[in-house]
Amino acid sequence: MELSPDETIFWQNGFITINLTLVTTWVLMFVLVLVSVLVTRKLRTDLKISRWQCILEMLVTGMNEQIKEVGLKKSEKFLGFIGTLFIFIAFANLCIIFPSYEPPTSSLSTTAALAICVFLATPIFGIAENGVLQYLKTFIEPTFIMLPFNIISEISRTLALAVRLFGNIMSGGLIVTILLSIAPLFFPVLMTVLGLITGIIQAYIFSILATVYIAAATEESDKKKSRRKDKANKLIVAET
Amino acid sequence: MDNTTIIAMVSIITAGITTGIGCMIPALGQGKSISTALSSMAQQPDASQTVTRTLFVGLAMLESLAIYCFVISMILIFANPFWNHFIA
Repeated sequence: MELSPDETIFWQNGFITINLTLVTTWVLMFVLVLVSVLVTRKLRTDLKISRWQCILEMLVTGMNEQIKEVGLKKSEKFLGFIGTLFIFIAFANLCIIFPSYEPPTSSLSTTAALAICVFLATPIFGIAENGVLQYLKTFIEPTFIMLPFNIISEISRTLALAVRLFGNIMSGGLIVTILLSIAPLFFPVLMTVLGLITGIIQAYIFSILATVYIAAATEESDKKKSRRKDKANKLIVAET
Repeated sequence: MDNTTIIAMVSIITAGITTGIGCMIPALGQGKSISTALSSMAQQPDASQTVTRTLFVGLAMLESLAIYCFVISMILIFANPFWNHFIA
């Protein structure tokens, strides 16, 4: 029995392997990019817009709102990264309605790659917002004793992100495979429907957790800014 | 009993126990969180949207604990490293 689409190998030459995961990922990426390009080529601001533009607008505004609710004020800055994560994972998980499709997220290599992206994006966004020193200072919050625990949590949450997505999607596919041999008529359909729900929720959770981590790394500057604004307001009040 | 038999037996039993315990305890936690969310939604129906969203995220987090155990038992059964070592 195959646990992941990694084991279906098309072409191998030394270190480089082209397996089903890679092929599916590239096809999904191609489809997503193609649809986005085709739809955004003729954007309109009239009262009547095309159906596809409506879908994309709903997606973008919805993701913007969700990011804002977590606490990132300038959500447009982070929308590129978080939105890409969400759309890719959701699309990859939703495609299980096609027969003989194996989601690339059911392979640990894909999910680990996505989690490593989050692992790298957190300090990059944090440093871009606050500078190196202010970002490093978040590691010794609230006290200096917490330094090793903060570092451990940085690594363990990356591992948890990867294994959570992988386990959920892989178990969905595996349960369908096992049920096919026991009750081949109706139960696999029900489990696939359940898999659709799980897929969307897991995509949502992955991106919302990435948002929370980025928000935790960048929140210091907002505090500082509001403090600065308070000071400026006080100065204005004092002057007048 | 040779080595492979012992490894197979221990792996299968451990896989069952792992999934059993790993489903039981997250289920308790999930039931508790759902019941709390329901009672808070009954008290404040206005906040039901926020409560539902947080509940779903929390449930999926709890669910992933059970999934970790499931992954471990799947590895024990289908991709056991010790078994592969002794077969090779």
